[in-house]
Amino acid sequence: MRFDTPAMTNPIDQGKVVGQRIHRIDGPLKTTGRAVYAYEWHDSNGRYVYGYIVGSAIAKGRIRSMDVSAARNAPGVLAVVTSDGIGDLKKGKYNTAKLFGGTEIQHYHQAIAVVVAETFEEARAAAALVKVDYAEEKGAFDLEAAKDTAVKPEEGEPDSAAGDFDAAFETAAVKFDQTYTTPDQSHAMMEPHASIAAWNGDELTVWTSSQMIDWWRTDLATTLGIDKEKVHIMSPFIGGGFGCKLFLRADAVLAALAAREAKRPVKVALPRPFLMNNTTHRPATIQRIRIGAERDGRITAIAHESWSGDLPGGGPEVAVQQTRLLYAGANRMTATRLATLDLPEGNAMRAPGEAPGMMALEIAIDEMAERLGRDPVDFRIINDTQVDPEKPERPFSHRNLVGCLRTGAERFGWQDRSKQPGGRREGNWLVGMGVASAFRNNLLVPSGARVRLDREGIVTVETDMTDIGTGSYTIIAQTAAEMLGVPVDKVAVSLGDSRFPVSSGSGGQFGGNCSTAGVYAACVKLREAVAQKLGFNSPDELTFSGGEVRAGDRRMPLAQAASDEALVAEDRIEFGDLDKTHQQSTFGAHFVEVGVDVATGETRIRRMLAVCGAGRILNPITARSQVIGAMTMGVGGALSEELVVDTERGFFVNHDLAAYEVPVHADIPHQEVIFLDESDPMSSPMKAKGIAELGLCGVAAAVANAIYNATGVRVRKYPITLDKLINGLPEVS
Amino acid sequence: MQSPGALEISRRDLLVASAATVTVASTASLSHFQTSTAAASQSTKISFTVNGERRELQLDNRTTLLDALREHLHLTGTKKGCDHGQCGACTVLADGRRVNACLTLAVMHEGEDITTIEGLGQPGSLHPMQAAFVEHDGFQCGYCTPGQICSSVAMLEEIKANIPSHVTGDLLAPAEVTPAEIRERMSGNICRCGAYSNIVEAITEIAGRKA
Repeated sequence: MRFDTPAMTNPIDQGKVVGQRIHRIDGPLKTTGRAVYAYEWHDSNGRYVYGYIVGSAIAKGRIRSMDVSAARNAPGVLAVVTSDGIGDLKKGKYNTAKLFGGTEIQHYHQAIAVVVAETFEEARAAAALVKVDYAEEKGAFDLEAAKDTAVKPEEGEPDSAAGDFDAAFETAAVKFDQTYTTPDQSHAMMEPHASIAAWNGDELTVWTSSQMIDWWRTDLATTLGIDKEKVHIMSPFIGGGFGCKLFLRADAVLAALAAREAKRPVKVALPRPFLMNNTTHRPATIQRIRIGAERDGRITAIAHESWSGDLPGGGPEVAVQQTRLLYAGANRMTATRLATLDLPEGNAMRAPGEAPGMMALEIAIDEMAERLGRDPVDFRIINDTQVDPEKPERPFSHRNLVGCLRTGAERFGWQDRSKQPGGRREGNWLVGMGVASAFRNNLLVPSGARVRLDREGIVTVETDMTDIGTGSYTIIAQTAAEMLGVPVDKVAVSLGDSRFPVSSGSGGQFGGNCSTAGVYAACVKLREAVAQKLGFNSPDELTFSGGEVRAGDRRMPLAQAASDEALVAEDRIEFGDLDKTHQQSTFGAHFVEVGVDVATGETRIRRMLAVCGAGRILNPITARSQVIGAMTMGVGGALSEELVVDTERGFFVNHDLAAYEVPVHADIPHQEVIFLDESDPMSSPMKAKGIAELGLCGVAAAVANAIYNATGVRVRKYPITLDKLINGLPEVS
Repeated sequence: MQSPGALEISRRDLLVASAATVTVASTASLSHFQTSTAAASQSTKISFTVNGERRELQLDNRTTLLDALREHLHLTGTKKGCDHGQCGACTVLADGRRVNACLTLAVMHEGEDITTIEGLGQPGSLHPMQAAFVEHDGFQCGYCTPGQICSSVAMLEEIKANIPSHVTGDLLAPAEVTPAEIRERMSGNICRCGAYSNIVEAITEIAGRKA
């Protein structure tokens, strides 16, 4: 199905199942420990053996030699596969750093060997016996130091401009110019990367933890030098990803190579301390923002420049992209620059670009509002735009940022915010409120599905879509149930298997809208097949409801269409240029109240509210969970999350969950989420848009702005730890 | 002006004291094993009860309780999130008390009664806490969930037993089930998906039902 004209009324609009509060259909499996994740597959016919990774102890250089004799002779050891032994392997399309193979070291903890033994304990002990002689080289690890060497990236749109920023800024009545920094961040999902690989002749099956089944399948085949058709990927449950499982990772490559060498199925999990330096991270940024405005608050000039680093061949963090679209202003420019750093690969983490970009932009907007003597909510509303500010002939498909801000301000009690920073004190607590806009683009990615109706009236959906906690199982079941007029418990959903039609996968907050649109397309075909089988003439005039198919007075049980054989239909959604003619984005507003301890500078989050305008909400329960989870991650970004770089040795020092501090229960209050009632017919037949990343964009800035409102201390260097506040706090006796 | 400082110290002493008690008990059982297997190989035969069923295993002494459950008994509901005692995904109940199964060796649990997530309830007959997590959507990816649920079940028992926490105000009054107490006591169980707000609601509902 090609989606190239705005959606008309369709069966999804009935809203009998889609849009309803349906509990997760995989909930009973997940809450009882019966959901089977990558490392947990058991086959009573074949006993697995264990692979343990060895990582590089240097950040840059090459391996002179490796001595694996002690490891090979250790108890229980079956095989040792080394990077220099196996030689260069072809790198997959989506990776920047190679995952394994050869003698070149590109970053700390890059995989250089896997040791296979009968038991986990034996493999781990033997891995510690591998001796490596390195030729270490000097690398660049410090973004601040490398900033001046940054270049304009060759790909993407590193520069954008409209009007004449320099002239408009020069003559602006009120000017603002500040620089902000965001640190490297880690996805830190709860399930570490893990794979089990089993060869059957030249065919390989890998149970793994992947957000994008087909990308992994393609890149694993490339790396191993085998035909993609010979690779079978299974990933039905994923213990979180946030972007870290978008691209093939070392555990899958090591498991496959180790299983080939050991001639046994091999399981490999990355130990937690490998996650930060072996895999990818969100790159640190330095961002300069300049805003010029009239005294009445209208922005006349806005500029956003960003610097980040990555390995050679990598890309920048596109932290400026929201600034091209979020606020009005005739004169504007953005620039993205990339430095070469020899840290581990920088890549997508939840809301790449907008998440760090909004961390900076939304503080700048707060600062500018104050400079203008404007309320920060009003300042944002004054500068709303309904068109792409760079191309005013191009409207937004649907945009109600103003509604998000107004609704939020009213519900949060924004009028009670102290106009004077540091003006509200409750005992030892300095109390403040902050606001930020939320913004994230809506991306459209083709997605396929297969649906089958059997004689019991059960509808089975098969797609290689993944559920990384987003609720894919449930919203896909809701979509099929709505389309075929059956309750959700008559729908079976099978995901994460490369034998199923290729889907959008999970990333960029496109998975919910696009994968259900693919299921919609397949269900339209199945409806046609049912109509034909039951002798109805015009499928468009049929009603599928209550397990029946109806046209006028004639009604037939749905299951009867499959009475002699199951009916199967397959299709995929493909998108035309509606995202070119119209800017498709999602909007929201974050409100935060903090207390800052006047003596210690400790920040506590007291209240949080998000208001989101993101098209049709397919399931208010799972959508709320996506947003509160994102708000929680935003609190981490504001207050504690920072991968600390050892700029001499070139690695992230705090590479575990004790030292890389993500929020815990005690850090998070009750969270409120409001969804504006809207639908966007430009996005897909589902009229839904993404929500999972929107919930993160702006949160950290809302926290930062609340801290400023509480204390009068403006911190422009994330995370806002107490050491950055304490010198600015009032004297206490 | 205020007493929190003094109270801090007494709380800390209390925690140290209770931690010391635990340490002594574990050392005692550990030394029992060391003497009985001192000259033997690097593996030990261990028997314990898991989810009501008597289990015997011959285990490498280095095997954690977590790996004994996951790799030897194939009870994979208990998750390995960090293997360092930093995330809580491996929380199980040992003789009714919650423990990070990755931080304790299997051989230290001879004769004990272990309960894992599989022992609390099954699809179709969920434990009330499991049902409350589904009802309140107290999870997303589900990987920390078994640990959260086991931890919360034991945590409510700790409150009932009047064991104080860092945020308990009055040590002489009965411990209360408040959101602040729940958040403090559950902070060893990390949820990166960020379901905390919903998890606290699930636990609060069960605590209220119990009270």
